[in-house]
Amino acid sequence: MIPPISKILFHHLVNGPHTMSDRLVPDPDGTEELARTLGEMVREKLGRSLSIREVDAGSCNGCELEIHAVNSPVYDLERFGIRFVASPRHADVLLVTGPVTANMAEALQRTYDATPAPKWVVAMGDCAKDGGCFAGSYAVVGGVSAVVPVDLHIPGCPPSPRQILTSLLALLDSVDHAKP
Amino acid sequence: MMGNVTLLEFLSFGQPVEGHRPYPRFQLDKRAWQALVERLLAADWVLMAEWGEPDEVHLALRDEETGDVAVASHPCPEHRFFAVGHARPGAIRLERAIHDLWGLVPMGLEDRRPWLDHGRWPYRHPLARHRAARAEAPYHYAFLAAEGEGLHQIPVGPVHAGVIEPGHFRFHAQGEAVVRLEERLGYVHKGIEGLLRGTPMDQAARIVGRVSGDSTVAYALAFARAAEAATGCEVPPRAHWLRALMAEMERIANHVFDIGAICNDAAFTIMLSHMGVLREKILRANHAMFGHRLLMDVVVPGGVTRDLSDAGAEALRHMLYGFRKAFERAFTLYENTPSLSDRTLGTGIAHSSLVNRFGAGGFVGRASLRSHDARLAPGYPPYGKLGLTVPTFSEGDVNARVMVRFAEVRESLRMIAEILSDMPEGAPRTPLPQVAGEGLSMVESFRGEVLVWLRLAENGTVLACHPHDPSWFQWPLLEAAIEGNIVADFPICNKSFNCSYSGHDL
Repeated sequence: MIPPISKILFHHLVNGPHTMSDRLVPDPDGTEELARTLGEMVREKLGRSLSIREVDAGSCNGCELEIHAVNSPVYDLERFGIRFVASPRHADVLLVTGPVTANMAEALQRTYDATPAPKWVVAMGDCAKDGGCFAGSYAVVGGVSAVVPVDLHIPGCPPSPRQILTSLLALLDSVDHAKP
Repeated sequence: MMGNVTLLEFLSFGQPVEGHRPYPRFQLDKRAWQALVERLLAADWVLMAEWGEPDEVHLALRDEETGDVAVASHPCPEHRFFAVGHARPGAIRLERAIHDLWGLVPMGLEDRRPWLDHGRWPYRHPLARHRAARAEAPYHYAFLAAEGEGLHQIPVGPVHAGVIEPGHFRFHAQGEAVVRLEERLGYVHKGIEGLLRGTPMDQAARIVGRVSGDSTVAYALAFARAAEAATGCEVPPRAHWLRALMAEMERIANHVFDIGAICNDAAFTIMLSHMGVLREKILRANHAMFGHRLLMDVVVPGGVTRDLSDAGAEALRHMLYGFRKAFERAFTLYENTPSLSDRTLGTGIAHSSLVNRFGAGGFVGRASLRSHDARLAPGYPPYGKLGLTVPTFSEGDVNARVMVRFAEVRESLRMIAEILSDMPEGAPRTPLPQVAGEGLSMVESFRGEVLVWLRLAENGTVLACHPHDPSWFQWPLLEAAIEGNIVADFPICNKSFNCSYSGHDL
């Protein structure tokens, strides 16, 4: 019997990867262009690497699902040199989701403190801006900027993978001169 | 023993409450409540949820034999009530949370440590009639001890290494073997019940749809069904079918990704990639059909906001044809990879006695022979017409929980095909009548049974609302399932349970 894994690998070898295969030709949305520019900018400014540490500061888990999608082969964030790391000590960027709950505020602050400079904070999702539909609760201290300085906000509930890609490009644009 | 008394017979000693639909609610005095708690020691009535109000505590129960559902309420103006926790261990954390939020004291409960309250809110008992002064400093949480030679502790979280929600795990380990795991949750407590009080219906539906983002359809549906029950709203038939379509799409998306993530935790990354691609197909179809990848805010009280066109149905049918083939390829791969089976077979066993004691549902229950599914009992349309079968396994290990997911995805795919061909024509939404009332509903999310109870004012304002997540009864079992396993197997066990933090912490 041919092992199933060989069949799957052969299938991909013949048919090509899943990665945005429907968008490899230049399309009106500019996804391909976006992908190319993102890759170039990361290479140029950060030596082809941008490490992101994700912090859930109180999110409903919706944003996390779309972050998983960005990491899937379809969007494949890692081909641009952008990857998610396990420790804030390895990170350039903190990607923070959710309204910051009172119970998570200190953990977020300590994660920020543990991240070496230069560092950027990206607040992801409508809740991360100002608490969103959870604003005003006794258990919510507000948006991410209530606890740590925010460099960029990605709108959406939750933001789509495309929006996440576009926004990371915007971040790289804004840090043009900040990083040696 | 009082003989074979049914739940409704027992509760009829209490005072029935008007306007609670579709299931009855009874108010019990102190004596009757105590009798109920004692009765729960012997009766096999299922505890579905327990929650508070400023001067009252509620218990949602189901009689497995008759299928009856009822809410038992105990007005306790002196803010003390007999704890259910010593009869039903699943209630222990619920009652600790009730004390944290409403200041009602569960008498007789051994574990009196705060649960959701970490001592960081502006005041204690935030939902009580009279809030107490804030804690002076964050609480020190006394973890349960484990003593013995060579034991060491491993603290994990609240910020975890992966892209997952926050929570703290305290391991006591001897070498590689886990002697005791204790969870500490509540980090993502957003005060949702407080936010829901006095909110207009549409805003409340939005918030309840975000209790746990991965189950947004299930929560929105449970909220909508509770609101429709409270107001006596008759939803058009097409809306039921569209809702079921969305619920099954959500189930598939979550299950396939869970399967991938579990295998990824066994260092078998190709499955995660494969499943990530499949999941993306579902999310894109969701977006094309209903305008939101996760289907947030599409299910609303009275129906659904978006209808499905014939072209959309045809496109979905076409997509699912290829999806099914790719999915079966993944199953063959899973079944024929011994190095993977080596990690999943016999790992993290949740014993069925515990599963039944805690009333755990979803894949955790079904992997240990507990087959309860809210789509069948009490059931809601259109599942009666879809011939749903619920897969069960007896092993209770990681592999069984994976197999439940594989089987459920197949069943959902089959039902979607039926939904697409049999969906009736008509309007997808009807206005909600302006009636005051109380409603209760149970909906099967991909994780298990979601329960929503609410009380509405005549103008449609939500006076009180309690969403209950299935994870309440699954989290404690994870502690038991990991015991004796090696620390390195915790991620795979945890992922196979995939409990919600946000839904639990509320």
